[in-house]
Amino acid sequence: MTGSQEIRAPDLSLLTIQQDSQYDFLFYLNFICSQSASLIKIFLCSGMPVDWLVKTMQARGLEVFTQTFSRTLPFPDENKERYMVKGTNVYGILRAPRAPRTEALVLSAPCTQGDHNNQAVGLLLGLAQYFRNQIYWAKDIIFLINEHDLIGMQAWLEGYHHTNTTGMDWSPLQGRGGSIQAALSLELSSDVITSMDLVLEGLNGQLPNLDLANLFYAFCQKIGVLCTIQGKLQRNDWDSVSGYSHSVQTMMLMVMKQASGRPWGDHGLFLRYHIEAATIKGINSFRQYKTDTNTIGRLLEGMYRKLNNLLERLHQSYFFYLMPSLSHFVSIGYYMPAFGLLAVILLLRALDLWVQLASPPPGTEDGVVDTEQMWSPDVLSVLTPLVISHLTGVALYYLPIHFQKMALEHFPVSDTEAVVLTAIAVYTAGLALPHNTHRFVSGEGTEHGWRVLKLVAVLYLAVLLGCTALINFSLGFILALTLVPVAAFVTPHVPKVPSAFVLVILSPACTLLFSVFFFQELQEVPISFQDGWVLYLSVISQGILDHSLYGSLVYPLIALLVYPCWLLFWNILFWE
Amino acid sequence: MAAPLTLLLILAVTIRAALYRSSLADLIAERVEVVSPLTAWKRVVEGLALLDLGVSPYAGDVFHETPLIIYLFHFLVDYAEITFMVSAINDVFVVPIQFRKQKYALEAERYPLDCLELIRSPKEMYYIPLKVAMFYLLNPFTILSCVAKSTCGLNNAVIALFILTTIKGNVLLSAIFLSLATYQSIYPLTLCAPALLYLTQRQYIPVNFRRFSFWWFVAQYAFMYLGSLFVMICLSFFLLGSWDYLPSVYGFILSVPDLTPNIGLFWYFFAEMFEHFRLFFLCVFQINIFFYTIPLSIKLKEHPVFLIFMQLAVISIFKSYPTVGDIALYLAFLPVWSHLHRFLRNIFLVSCVLLACSALFPVLWHLWIYAGSANSNFYYAITLLFNVAQILLVSDYFYAFLRREHHLSYGLYLKRKDGSEATLVLK
Repeated sequence: MTGSQEIRAPDLSLLTIQQDSQYDFLFYLNFICSQSASLIKIFLCSGMPVDWLVKTMQARGLEVFTQTFSRTLPFPDENKERYMVKGTNVYGILRAPRAPRTEALVLSAPCTQGDHNNQAVGLLLGLAQYFRNQIYWAKDIIFLINEHDLIGMQAWLEGYHHTNTTGMDWSPLQGRGGSIQAALSLELSSDVITSMDLVLEGLNGQLPNLDLANLFYAFCQKIGVLCTIQGKLQRNDWDSVSGYSHSVQTMMLMVMKQASGRPWGDHGLFLRYHIEAATIKGINSFRQYKTDTNTIGRLLEGMYRKLNNLLERLHQSYFFYLMPSLSHFVSIGYYMPAFGLLAVILLLRALDLWVQLASPPPGTEDGVVDTEQMWSPDVLSVLTPLVISHLTGVALYYLPIHFQKMALEHFPVSDTEAVVLTAIAVYTAGLALPHNTHRFVSGEGTEHGWRVLKLVAVLYLAVLLGCTALINFSLGFILALTLVPVAAFVTPHVPKVPSAFVLVILSPACTLLFSVFFFQELQEVPISFQDGWVLYLSVISQGILDHSLYGSLVYPLIALLVYPCWLLFWNILFWE
Repeated sequence: MAAPLTLLLILAVTIRAALYRSSLADLIAERVEVVSPLTAWKRVVEGLALLDLGVSPYAGDVFHETPLIIYLFHFLVDYAEITFMVSAINDVFVVPIQFRKQKYALEAERYPLDCLELIRSPKEMYYIPLKVAMFYLLNPFTILSCVAKSTCGLNNAVIALFILTTIKGNVLLSAIFLSLATYQSIYPLTLCAPALLYLTQRQYIPVNFRRFSFWWFVAQYAFMYLGSLFVMICLSFFLLGSWDYLPSVYGFILSVPDLTPNIGLFWYFFAEMFEHFRLFFLCVFQINIFFYTIPLSIKLKEHPVFLIFMQLAVISIFKSYPTVGDIALYLAFLPVWSHLHRFLRNIFLVSCVLLACSALFPVLWHLWIYAGSANSNFYYAITLLFNVAQILLVSDYFYAFLRREHHLSYGLYLKRKDGSEATLVLK
């Protein structure tokens, strides 16, 4: 076919296609998009059109397989309105013509109900058709359409890698493609877009290699598509105050998203298996310059050709970075010293306490014998708050889910609310526990006792924050910012009421509350206090769900380790 | 003393039993810090399976423990958990014996008066066995090692029995247990020197190279030791019917072919090494462990019990496949020298570094192997830091010990010739 073609599709706007011999697929693409979009709209009210997808992919020449999975959530998820989830993933493998089947690339599009992602599947099928006709593929390409977004993706990845860490039921995968080198996940809600948003944050704050982000941005610039990160556009005025604050806002958004530990796109689950992945979202924001599906197709084709040419996995660039914009990044060498300085505060305080403990207290004459004698009762008086704090942490971890039935019987709340409110109740109850058992163990020596406890607590917090910052820097840094000043200064001798207030304000739960409001502010969607409280409750329920569904570490970390540590400082404040 | 000890035993057994039944047991049994290719339970099971099939358990380069261990577990495989718990408890009973033997009464008269505060009173010494039991049984390293069913627990039990019999003065049993320990892993050979020193002192034979009685005693001990070693090696040969356990066990320990990361120093070095230099560095690393025996024995010939502690520490740090169970063994002896606390200079730094490194091991392993964001350099950095902290701990205790000895001879508050106060400086 020659010359330009105009195709009027039933519900697509007018598109002009420039015909080029390389891009014969566009005819098919638009036809398929219109067909599939309308078909998907028909089928979506009854779940994923598995048979239609299998047939379509087979017609494209792919090896098609399906996987069924099912999972009962510990309590209903109110954001996505699901509780007992059953679904099917459909994937087609495009085998590389002359290569051994040792490596693969994945292109995935989550198929959800409603209009959220209706164009992505069509684009994926069009690309499958086009890719099938090319001879330069050296790796197998797996076109995956997963149902119930993250749950389906988790089932597929677990089936692919033969692991079962989250207790999901899935049928084994019949077809595989070798070790996956990279993956891209598409979210496209409309057929014309104005910008593409790149989402990098994955599970537990893990990020793909910076090379993947740079590759995508460079490609977007070459093709002429507007690319954004965190939904914010690039600005050129770095030196002005407003430009600087814009990049700070972008970076803070990334910090908040990374600290939450949840995967912000389907790509987030790939990262755990050492597969570099990113999610590409198409955003239609009623700008004047629009990009059509043609260009997105060329963009993705270019990305996949680049990934196809990789000789080894992406590892040359940074894995730990923060991006104030797509063309600037802050690497670990820049931001770790900031955290290191905060940790040094704790270490200096520990050293100070050690020196105070080692020098004999004034007034006793035979220092050696006294310190020897005082060791045993002090160890006991330190052990009691430690054990009680950790038992409270264990209660905070187990009680919300295991006792939701009991909570439902006694209180008129919904399932999710029962879980979240139990968590908050246990958290608040921990504040009121009687920690003063040291009074019964040894009458004098309480001065000595709280110093020993503070030494242990400060070292514990330092090691905990260090380990957290290595795995998820943003979470470690936010916790350090709020907990380190308090930990360094709390003693039984500071004024009780103001310091108790400050300690509660800076506790992990209140930090989360402020973060929710701050996050909304950064996204320029400020909310009222009522809505913010509801959002906060849903954030807690999402955190608990993420832990049981995908293995996110934020909830167990805070419940089992950070909260007991904070309770130790609360204990020290009320030592006498 | 009996009541707290019983309580401690019950607590230790409860913790281990609870962990055995939980899902953490499988997780712990896979950790490289806790099990090594020599001591892993998975490999023992593999060896038993091969033995049941009639094939030599050393075929396939999986199993590297001694034949006596495999026959022990052949009978006890269903009771494996109890075996490990018993061996852990056994270690504990060794220590109370030691303290009756402190030469308290003999020493008190010889020292200047101001040193009385340096000598331990019987009251302090009364609590030491309980503290040692607590340090060993409730040490997280020991608990992890026991839950993982690492055969390191059995090694520790044999070494503890050797120490017990040496201190009791039983020459024959001491030689037998030492040869059993050497038979399992070669490195306890260096414990010959402190054993000889202790036993000769106990029998009032002066340690003098010109005296015949000394050489006669050495010959007797060597005969008993080598004889029992020979008996064990021949017994292994007859049990299995071939000599192929020798290269699999001793060749494996000495030539370090398996470079699985662990908390020791060998793996990274030899992973980066060119083949040409491998033998040279292997010899250097292995001689390093045996080398400290002679200078330490010369310096500590009056104090063989401390020498045993130093040798155990050196073996645990520098052996080819260390695990946390080895570290737990010498850490358990620290309360014995609690009177040295006032002379220790680095204890805060050392304990902080050990604590931080123990927490960072699993984090950096995860980042290296699972997340792919780090690499082996990070893990080896933590390994190095951990070993440096251990070396600092051991050398600090050595310094404190020598300083106490110096004070006992020259008085606690040192004065120069003109009467002004002096301080002791280590040059």
